[in-house]
Amino acid sequence: MKQNDVILQSVTRVAVVIILTFSIYLFMNGHHHPGGGFIGGLSTAAAIVLLYLSFGIEKVRENIRMDFKKLAAIGVLIAVGTGMTAVVFGKPFLTQAFDYFNLPIFGETELASALIFDTGVALAVIGTAVNIILSISEDR
Amino acid sequence: MIFDTLMIIALCLLVLAIMANLYRVVKGPSSADRVQALDSVGINIIASIAVFSVFLHTHAFFDLILLIGILSFIGTTAFAKFLERGVVIERKR
Repeated sequence: MKQNDVILQSVTRVAVVIILTFSIYLFMNGHHHPGGGFIGGLSTAAAIVLLYLSFGIEKVRENIRMDFKKLAAIGVLIAVGTGMTAVVFGKPFLTQAFDYFNLPIFGETELASALIFDTGVALAVIGTAVNIILSISEDR
Repeated sequence: MIFDTLMIIALCLLVLAIMANLYRVVKGPSSADRVQALDSVGINIIASIAVFSVFLHTHAFFDLILLIGILSFIGTTAFAKFLERGVVIERKR
């Protein structure tokens, strides 16, 4: 018997957009407000898990062509790379730099290298969480 | 003073609602009853956080409200798929 998932799949199509927007908001908010790389990565992983729940493994794997093991590795490399950049400039490991720039739309904005470190943390969290859930679900 | 008392009364009522839901979680005859009661506990926790952040005069917990809503939805969906199909994440044979 063919199962019918119309309501679940339609709700997922709308909800995943909202969850991904919310996770990017949490990620960018982490410097001055609650949020940051860890919780942003976890909510992105929640959106991907919701996609897997409603569409099955094969269909999502066709559309998101991404190896989550490599994603976790790239995240750790980015996080270590921001630390090593400080060593290159003669500062202690993991020294953070920030400055104020005049961007075209946003006006005067504070850009910190902690954002790049946070990107690495978020990618590592997404890769690890999705990879754990996928490897548990393949039970054969 | 009257404001604080009102907020604490609202929180106590929400705790009573969560207790009633927990009674259904423990006692519920079928698994679907328990899943629905757990979903309802999540909604009551969201309401408690809203009342609590009004009580504390802060807006630091507003992200948490949306996050608990999302996680509660995903958890309930996963439980419902497990009860109906036996698997949570499907794969074609």
